[in-house]
Amino acid sequence: MSNHLSNLTLKIWRQNGPADAGRFESYRIDSISDEASFLEMLDVLNERLIGEGLEAISFDHDCREGICGTCSLMIDGQAHGPQRGTATCQLHMRKFKSGDTIVIEPWRATAFPILRDLMVDRAPLDRIVEAGGFITAATGGAPDANIIPIPKPVADAAMDAAECIGCGACVAACPNGAANLFTAAKVSHLNLLPQGQAERWSRVEAMVETMDDYFGSCTNHGECEAACPKSISIDFIAMMHKDYRRAKVKNRKLLSQV
Amino acid sequence: MTDSLLQSKVPAGPMADKWDNYKADMKLVNPNNKRKFKVIVVGSGLAGASAAATLAELGYDVDVFTFHDSPRRAHSIAAQGGINAAKNYRGDGDSVHRLFYDTVKGGDFRSREGNVHRLAQVSLNIIDQMVAQGVPFAREYGGLLDTRSFGGSQLQRTFYARGQTGQQLLLGAYQQLARQIGLGTVKLWNRVELVDTVVVDGRCAGIVTRDLVTGEVRSHAAHATVLCTGGYGNAFFLSTNAMNCNVTAAWRAHRKGAYFANPCFTQIHPTCIPQADDTQSKLTLMSESLRNDGRVWVPLNAGDERPADQIPEHERDYYLERLYPSFGNLAPRDISSRAAKRAVDSGRGVGPLKNGVNLDFADAIGRLGKDVVKERYGNLFDMYERITGEDPYSVPMRIYPASHYTMGGLWVDYELMTTIPGLYAAGEANFSDHGANRLGASALMQGLADGYFVLPYTIGNYLAPMLNQPIPGTDHPEFQAAEQAARQRFQGFLDIRGTRSPDYFHRELGKIIWDHCGMERTEQGLQKALSELPALYDEFKKDLRVTGDGASVNQTLEKAGRVEDFFELGMLMCRDALERKESCGGHFRAEYQDEEGEAQRDDENFAHVAAWQFTGDPMQAIRHQEELEFETIHLAKRSYK
Ligand SMILES: Cc1cc2nc3c(=O)[nH]c(=O)nc-3n(C[C@H](O)[C@H](O)[C@H](O)COP(=O)(O)OP(=O)(O)OC[C@H]3O[C@@H](n4cnc5c(N)ncnc54)[C@H](O)[C@@H]3O)c2cc1C
Ligand code: SF4
Ligand code: FES
Repeated sequence: MSNHLSNLTLKIWRQNGPADAGRFESYRIDSISDEASFLEMLDVLNERLIGEGLEAISFDHDCREGICGTCSLMIDGQAHGPQRGTATCQLHMRKFKSGDTIVIEPWRATAFPILRDLMVDRAPLDRIVEAGGFITAATGGAPDANIIPIPKPVADAAMDAAECIGCGACVAACPNGAANLFTAAKVSHLNLLPQGQAERWSRVEAMVETMDDYFGSCTNHGECEAACPKSISIDFIAMMHKDYRRAKVKNRKLLSQV
Repeated sequence: MTDSLLQSKVPAGPMADKWDNYKADMKLVNPNNKRKFKVIVVGSGLAGASAAATLAELGYDVDVFTFHDSPRRAHSIAAQGGINAAKNYRGDGDSVHRLFYDTVKGGDFRSREGNVHRLAQVSLNIIDQMVAQGVPFAREYGGLLDTRSFGGSQLQRTFYARGQTGQQLLLGAYQQLARQIGLGTVKLWNRVELVDTVVVDGRCAGIVTRDLVTGEVRSHAAHATVLCTGGYGNAFFLSTNAMNCNVTAAWRAHRKGAYFANPCFTQIHPTCIPQADDTQSKLTLMSESLRNDGRVWVPLNAGDERPADQIPEHERDYYLERLYPSFGNLAPRDISSRAAKRAVDSGRGVGPLKNGVNLDFADAIGRLGKDVVKERYGNLFDMYERITGEDPYSVPMRIYPASHYTMGGLWVDYELMTTIPGLYAAGEANFSDHGANRLGASALMQGLADGYFVLPYTIGNYLAPMLNQPIPGTDHPEFQAAEQAARQRFQGFLDIRGTRSPDYFHRELGKIIWDHCGMERTEQGLQKALSELPALYDEFKKDLRVTGDGASVNQTLEKAGRVEDFFELGMLMCRDALERKESCGGHFRAEYQDEEGEAQRDDENFAHVAAWQFTGDPMQAIRHQEELEFETIHLAKRSYK
C-alpha cells in the first residue's frame, strides 16, 4: 500500500558545464509517494522547477530497470545509493524516511569530467573495450554454435562477469578512481570462454594498459564490489592480474618467435 | 491494388530459394572500392551495431550515430527473455519452414512472406555468430546450448542468457563494433541525435544532427544511410521502452518522403508490473518466459478481497488455461493481453488499485523447488521485489498489459530500402517481418538478421553502380536549408515561453492514444482521439515551456522535439486504426469480433500493408497499399484453442 514521505531536503550538485565550478543547491520535497522511484522523485522536482521557470536538473538515465548502465548518482556519498546490488534507477523512496536530508552528486573521478549537473562523460570505459574487449570473429564465418561444448560452470562464470552494465559506479566508489572491476569483468568474461582463448594474452595486455592510461591504480580497497549494482566479484580482478602477469611473459615469448 | 512506389522486389522462384537467388544475382563492390563509399548508420542497438560492424569489416567507410553516451546503452540491452532460431537442437521437429510459418501466423497474416522466410533462414547463422562473439548463452550440463519455449510456439527454440538475453547479445554486437572503432574503420558520434534526413534529386544524401552536449547542428553526407533507431512504443507515454526511445528519426524521414507502414500495429505485452501511482514514469516488463512456469489467474468472483493464498482453487479462474487449453499460459501476446483486460474490466483485478492479474509460481515452486525457480528467474524476481516491495516467492506477482513493441514502422522493400532510394531501415524501426503481432523472442532475431545478414548484401547492390560518382556535399543548399530549419525549430521551442513542460504534453498525449488506440479500438473512440489530438497539439505549440538554452545539455529541449514528433505520429496511428476496418493481431477493433470475442480478420479487403505518405499535415496523410500475396501459406483463422 502506498504511503507518503514528507519533508525531504535534497542537496543537489548543480554545475553549468565542464568549466563551471559548481555548487550544491537545496530543494525541499514536501510530500512524495513511497512507491515512487528515486528518479521519479527527481522527475517531480524537475516538473516543479520548469513550472517556476527554472532549469531542470540534468541527469543520465534510460531503461530505469537496472540494465542499461546509464543512471549514475552518488547518493549520500554512496554510488547508486544505500541499497546493495541496486542501480540508482531501481532505488525506491520506501528506502528513505520522512525528514531525511539526501545529498545527490555526480560520479566523481578524474576520468569522468562533469558535463552538466549530475551528468558525466564515461567514454574512457568504451576506449578500454575498443582496445581488446572483443573476440575477433568477422560476420559470416562462424562454425555451428554447438561445435564447442562449454561446460556449464564455465559458461556460468563467464556470464557472472558479463553481467557488468558498464555504469562506472566502481570507478566512482574507488578512492583512486580505478576502473579495475569494470575492466576485469570484461577480461574475465572473454578469457574464461574457449572462444576467447586465441586472443587471451593480447586482450588482457591491451585492455589493462589502456585502463592505466585513463584511470587511477587499484590498491585493493574493495569499495568497487560494494558499490556494484550487479555485485560483480572482486575475484575477477585477481584473475585479471594473474592473466596480465602471464601475458607479459607469454607475449614476449611469442614475439621472440617471429 | 499495389501502389506503384510500393514494389516489394521479392525475388522470383520457390520460397526456399528466393534469398539464394537474390544473392546470386546481386551486384558486387570490389573490396578495394568499398572504402570509397560512406555509409551512415543511425542507432547502435542490435540492428545498428551489427550492421555497422559488418559493413566496416567488409571495408565500407562507416559513421555511427547514437543519442546515448555509449553504443552499449541502446534499448536492445533491456530485452530479457530470449532469441528464436530454427536450430532444432532439441529434435522437437523445428525447421526453417516451421519458424517461417509460426511467424506469419503469429503476425495474423499481415506480413510479407518473402521477408519472413529469409528471417527464418538466417536465424541459424545468428546463433553461430553470437556464440563466436562470446555470448554466454545458457547451457546444459553436457555443455551444449539450452533452449526454452516462448509465447505463441509449441517448440523449444528460444536461446537465452539468464534473464538478460538482450544485454548479452547487444554486448556481443557492441564489442564487434568497438573493435572496428578501435581500428578506425568506424567513426562514432555519441550523444548526437539525428534531427533531419536530407534528400537530393530523389536520393537520400545524408542527415542533419544536433549535438546533445553543445547544441551544435551540422550535416553529414553519405552514399547510403541506414536508420536502426528502434520503435515508437513510447508514444503511449507509459510503456516498457526505455525513457529516451522515440520516433524522431523515422518520423523525420517520413516527413521527407519515406512512407510509414501500419502505424496502428502496436504490441501490448501481457506481463508488465501494473502502474502504482501517478508519478509513474515507465512500466517494467516481467519477461514472458515467466509464463512457462507461472500460472495466470484472477478470483472467480468480482470483489473478492482475500489475499491470494486464502482463495481456494475452485474460486480461482485460470482464464488462459480455460479459454486456450492447448497453449494455456503461453497463448500469444495480443490474446493474453486482451484476456487480462477483460478480467480486470470485469472487476476481478487484483492489487491495491485492482489493476492487475496474478502470475502465480506456487505450483512451480512446489513441483521444481525454490532453487530451480530461482535459477531460471532469479533476477526477474529480484527486479520485481525492488519495484513493488513484494516477494514473488511467497505471493503471486501482479501483472498487467503495457505498450511494449511496435510492429509498424518505415515501409521497406525486400532489400530493406524505404521509399527514398539510399535510405534503409532495419530492426524495430521498419515494419517488415511481424505483421500485426510479433511473437516473443523474434525482435532480437530480426534486428540481428537485418544488421548482420541482410543489409551488408543489399546495400552493396545499391552502391555498386554509384562507384566514382560524386555525391552532394554538406554545402549543398538542401543540407543548408535543413540545418537552418533544425536550428529554427529548436530555437522555436525555447521561444514559446508558455506554461507547460514537454512531459506534461507527453503524458496527456499518451493518455489519449492509450484510451482510444490501445488494446481495444472503436470507430467512435478513434474519432474522438482524432479531434482531441490536434487540439492538444495546438496547445503544445502555444503553451510549451522549455527552460534553459540551446547551447549546452538541455534534456527539456531534447524532449520537446521528441514529443512534437509523437504528436504527429499519434494522429497517424489513429487514422490508420480507423481505416483498418478489421481486427487482426494487436489491432483489435471492437466492431470486428466473433461470438467468442476473438479477432475477426477481413482478408477480402485488408490483406494488405497500409503505407502512409506525408503531405504536410498528418491528418491529411495519403494511404497507399501493398497487397500481400500468400504463395506458400494458406490464410487461415488464427486459433490457439
Ligand atoms: C523490456 C523489453 C524486453 C524485450 N525483450 C525481448 C526479448 O526477450 N526478445 C526479443 O526478441 N525482443 C525483445 N524485446 C524487443 C527488442 O528488444 C527490440 O525490438 C529490439 O532490441 C530493437 O532493437 P533495434 O536495434 O531495432 O533498436 P534499439 O535497440 O532500440 O536501438 C535504437 C538505437 O537508435 C539510436 N537512436 C534512435 N533515434 C535516434 C536519433 N534520432 N538519433 C541518433 N540515434 C538514435 C539509439 O541511441 C539506439 O542506439 C524487448 C523489448 C523491451 C522493451
Ligand atoms: S563492474 Fe559493476 S560498478 Fe563497475 S561498471 Fe560494471 S556494473 Fe558498474
Ligand atoms: S537507467 Fe538503466 S540502469 Fe539505471
